[in-house]
Amino acid sequence: MITTKDKIQAVEQFAEKVVEVEGRSLWQDARRRFFSNHAAVTSLIILLLITAIALLGPFFSQWNYDDIDWEALSDISTLGRPNIENSHYFGTDTLGRDIFVRTMQGGQISLLVGIMGSVVAIVIGTLYGAASGYIGGRVDSVMMRFLEILNSFPFMFFVIILMTLFGRHIFLIFVAIGAISWLDMARIVRGQTLSLKNKEYIEAAYACGVSTPKIILRHIVPNVLGIVVVYATLLVPNMILLESFISFLGLGVQEPMTSWGALISEGAQNMEIAIWQLAWPLGFLVVTLFCFNFLGDGLRDALDPKDR
Amino acid sequence: MLTFISKRILEAIPTLLILITVSFFLMHSAPGSPFTSERALPPEVLANINAKYHLDEPVINQYFYYLGGLLQGDLGPSFRYKDFTINELIAQSFPVSAEIGIWSFLVALLIGVGCGIIAALRQNSWLDYSVMGFANLGIVLPNFVLAPLCILFFSIYNHWLPPGGWNGGAWPYLVMPVIAMSTSYIAQIARITRGSMIETMHSNFIRTARAKGLPKYRIIFQHALRPAMLPVVSYLGPAFVGIVTGSVIVDVYFGTGGIGQHFINGALNRDYSMVMGVTILVGTLTILFNAIVDILYAVIDPKIRY
Repeated sequence: MITTKDKIQAVEQFAEKVVEVEGRSLWQDARRRFFSNHAAVTSLIILLLITAIALLGPFFSQWNYDDIDWEALSDISTLGRPNIENSHYFGTDTLGRDIFVRTMQGGQISLLVGIMGSVVAIVIGTLYGAASGYIGGRVDSVMMRFLEILNSFPFMFFVIILMTLFGRHIFLIFVAIGAISWLDMARIVRGQTLSLKNKEYIEAAYACGVSTPKIILRHIVPNVLGIVVVYATLLVPNMILLESFISFLGLGVQEPMTSWGALISEGAQNMEIAIWQLAWPLGFLVVTLFCFNFLGDGLRDALDPKDR
Repeated sequence: MLTFISKRILEAIPTLLILITVSFFLMHSAPGSPFTSERALPPEVLANINAKYHLDEPVINQYFYYLGGLLQGDLGPSFRYKDFTINELIAQSFPVSAEIGIWSFLVALLIGVGCGIIAALRQNSWLDYSVMGFANLGIVLPNFVLAPLCILFFSIYNHWLPPGGWNGGAWPYLVMPVIAMSTSYIAQIARITRGSMIETMHSNFIRTARAKGLPKYRIIFQHALRPAMLPVVSYLGPAFVGIVTGSVIVDVYFGTGGIGQHFINGALNRDYSMVMGVTILVGTLTILFNAIVDILYAVIDPKIRY
């Protein structure tokens, strides 16, 4: 091969500039895709803002969530209107309590129930689904049959029985909601596990004598995490809705504490004379649910291996 | 196919039995009894009533009494509504819920699938965003919000529709319940349809159909729609049961007298036989429609054989 010295030098110089190409992991790819999705990023920011307001908002008001403004109580439809001067930014409810602070306090409860309920559902659902899919055989069919039976229960029944059995306690609400919402999660994870099960690395782990629980926890669960995350963000709004529904029936949080659902049901009773009692909590609920849905869609687009 | 259907029916029996057993014991383990009320009955009368309904016997005996009645198709007397058996109450309220439900189902199916297809064919255009935004509204506006808003708009501000009642199912009384029932289902169906339609339109056989120069409407309706409906059908089975067995929200707001209110009130009032009756009805319908979905699967997708 005939080549001149300066050509070799040029090539060497060029080679010095080229940085070693770094491999991109699935999560890095996903992050890049996620941040280029404007709707999802905007939703994330709005959600963080709502959370911050719900946590910090009450400190900026002179009222407490169970304080009664006796002055406004005399005529809710005029004195209870949203008003900056007497610091009822969102107005008052029929008992003269400040809607702004109650909406924030209700937001804390609703978000907490949504997130904690999803965590319960994810933990149970992922472990159940992964175990059922990985072990397979008779165990799998028994576990799936059990799931089918649970699925044919009218599941509001469970919540109502739990509420009446153990009394109305905020912690119980999300355990109850979470415990009935893991069914779909388990089914999705099982489906994923079935396709992962025959991959080489699982076989390798099995050949090395890794125990079954360890294979499930260390090798299966991390690899189904993508779809779990997506499903979880779509689960949170459902949880918030479910909690609202339970509160609406009068089985949810106990007075004087409140949640968005409870506020909405109170507001709906007085909507003809005091629309702000319905409008504010409803606005917060709708925006939050919208954002969670967009966030979930964004995450799915980012993490779904089918779309690559 | 016949063996598959009979196998599903045989499988349903133990499932139903477990359902009945678990809900019976759960219900009876809740504190309180149907006859605890503020105005206490004289203890002798209470003892008589309890003896009449076997409530003074151990729960296990009550369970067998109940199963015995059930085998004869008797769901027992209501503990709350005087002079009514559960059979009568269900026979009275279920047709109402079913009528609202079937209309809502048809509306949800037509609009949902329509929205989904339109959004999928114009993926990522303004049409897609606005159609899906509209459909998503159904998810974020729960029906306990939608129902009062409907009344506010249609009845109080505009006097277009009666605010409630049933009147034998005349259509002005049907409109608002159907709106309140169908929106969340429209949203779900539209989302699922859009997703699976996009996936189908990217598949190879659609490309082949396009390459052959088939007109677009034939590609969509003859080739793409059938496989794209598979995930929708699996959602529709449980959804149909949910929609037909009514909603407490609709019953409470519009005073339609459907089955939804009976279940919630029954649970709150410890009307044991009412809760059991509704549970059995819903459970049976769920199992039935899951089986129907499985059969429909085989009809839609020739690759699936039983």
